[in-house]
Amino acid sequence: MSDKPPIHTSLKTLSISILLFVLLIGLWEFAVRYLQVPAFIVPAPSSMFRALYQGIASGLYVEHVGVTLIEILAGFAIGSSLGLLLGVGIATNRYMAYFLYPYVVVFQSLPKVAIAPLIVLWFGLGITSKIVAGALICFFAVMVNTIAGLRAVEQDRVDLIRSLGGSDFQVFWMLRLPSAMPFIMAGLEIALTFAMIGVIVAEFLGAERGLGMLMQSMNFSMDVAGSFSILVVLAALGLVLNRIIIFARHRLIYWEQPAGARGSEPPDTH
Amino acid sequence: MPVANVGDLAPPGQGTGQGTGQGISPSAITVNAVTKRFRVGNDAITALEEVSLDVRRGEFVAIVGPSGCGKSTLLKILTGLFAPSAGDTRIGGTVTTGPRRDIGVVFQSPLLFPWRTVLENVMLPADVQKLNRATHLTRAKELLDLVGLTDFKDRYPKELSGGMQQRVAIARALLHQPAILLMDEPFGALDAMTRERMNVELQRLWRIHNTSILFITHSIPEAVFLASRVVVMTPRPGRVAEILDINLPAKRPLELMNSPEFGAYVARIRSHFGSVGVID
Ligand SMILES: Nc1ncnc2c1ncn2[C@@H]1O[C@H](COP(=O)(O)OP(=O)(O)OP(=O)(O)O)[C@@H](O)[C@H]1O
Ligand SMILES: [Mg+2]
Repeated sequence: MSDKPPIHTSLKTLSISILLFVLLIGLWEFAVRYLQVPAFIVPAPSSMFRALYQGIASGLYVEHVGVTLIEILAGFAIGSSLGLLLGVGIATNRYMAYFLYPYVVVFQSLPKVAIAPLIVLWFGLGITSKIVAGALICFFAVMVNTIAGLRAVEQDRVDLIRSLGGSDFQVFWMLRLPSAMPFIMAGLEIALTFAMIGVIVAEFLGAERGLGMLMQSMNFSMDVAGSFSILVVLAALGLVLNRIIIFARHRLIYWEQPAGARGSEPPDTH
Repeated sequence: MPVANVGDLAPPGQGTGQGTGQGISPSAITVNAVTKRFRVGNDAITALEEVSLDVRRGEFVAIVGPSGCGKSTLLKILTGLFAPSAGDTRIGGTVTTGPRRDIGVVFQSPLLFPWRTVLENVMLPADVQKLNRATHLTRAKELLDLVGLTDFKDRYPKELSGGMQQRVAIARALLHQPAILLMDEPFGALDAMTRERMNVELQRLWRIHNTSILFITHSIPEAVFLASRVVVMTPRPGRVAEILDINLPAKRPLELMNSPEFGAYVARIRSHFGSVGVID
């Protein structure tokens, strides 16, 4: 953490931000027009925004956003729950740790997107394969963080509860779980991004509906402005979901603000 | 000076210990020829060898000894977290076989739970032992008053200084009215000034409550200042080198540390470590 005072959002900073944004877009527009970049390589922002407007106004994007959002949320929920449960199991049970941890290590070193084609093959072009891909890819982040968090407890604290006659369950419930919360929340934050990657990649590989599929079909018809407009939608979606997680983290870990090390919170804003 | 009405901290329902073998001597803690070996790989290291000592009811006993002589190990055996390799320990006449509910422990670091407020931290023993909330909440507030932290009861630990945190830890250790208080270098992490102030406060607390305290420290002056008896231990394997009565008044002002009697006790204890060149 730096000692510099945070930059407060004031009229002045806000207008500078907006000015910078307009400047960048203007520069982009100018560059595309002046250098005569072909529209199928990089579109001008104006045509990108037009595509965005048309996509939203026609209701086309809304439908696909809905599908993709459900896939992301379902994949995230299922993957995180499993990750949490298995993490707790491995961290608290010696036998589970002994027999399952080797698989964890192997899976961890595997680039998980590489499994996506198989998942689409097994679970088809519908929504299921996307949820499975999202869940599988985000599962490990939560599990590994849960294990690390539950294990990173000072022995003296455990002894404190034990010396009062506390049970294993009390040690877990009153000490290990709250201690692990910052780790778990960091895991969830990463997991959400991973779930999104899993879903989009699976949609690229074959889907009936969804933003990834839409983008893929636009690419095939060289509608690059359309593709860019979908990127904008995806960025907005990711941003909103990330904000929700950060909000939940602040609520759940009210006693500490992790020093920005793991989270993706922008610096110096409060 | 806060008014103390926190109730008597003597062990509840503690008459004569059954089967003490110690006659009717009112021992709060008895350590009887305790030996502790740890197995490290193929070697066994002896942390404690034939250690015997006792703490009478309401007595303040300090243990000094070089690092690694087994002081913390002895404390863990007393809490029932470790079993001794030989010998036994008794609390109020009952042989310790596992963790008990009538011991208060203060560790070197405060070990407060950051997600609990100061008051909730003091309430930890009540939560673990599922004791009556209302009565213990009152008691927790009284204890916080006693350690001078009433204004901080709703704060979180990170907002407190090290000395304040350690005072919370002491209040927490007293909440469930333990028969004995075990303290493992509780002020070791504090600066010298805070440490002296804490010593004075602990002495006051002990006089008010008349709790039996076993206090581990690296600091010889601290031991002499606080204790009615000082147990001097040898380097590893830890044995009892000497048990020294400190015949100083119960109420000891800080200036007493400058007196010749005080200096004589310190010198006497230090002579045990002269050749080893340890501590302080
Ligand atoms: N769980 C354990 N397993 C193996 N060896 C141990 C264990 N606990 C303590 N020991 C060993 O026992 C010896 C005594 O340790 P202990 O922590 O009791 O010393 P201490 O007197 O409290 O030291 P210090 O003053 O530094 O706190 C040390 O040599 C230590 O390495
Ligand atoms: Mg120690």
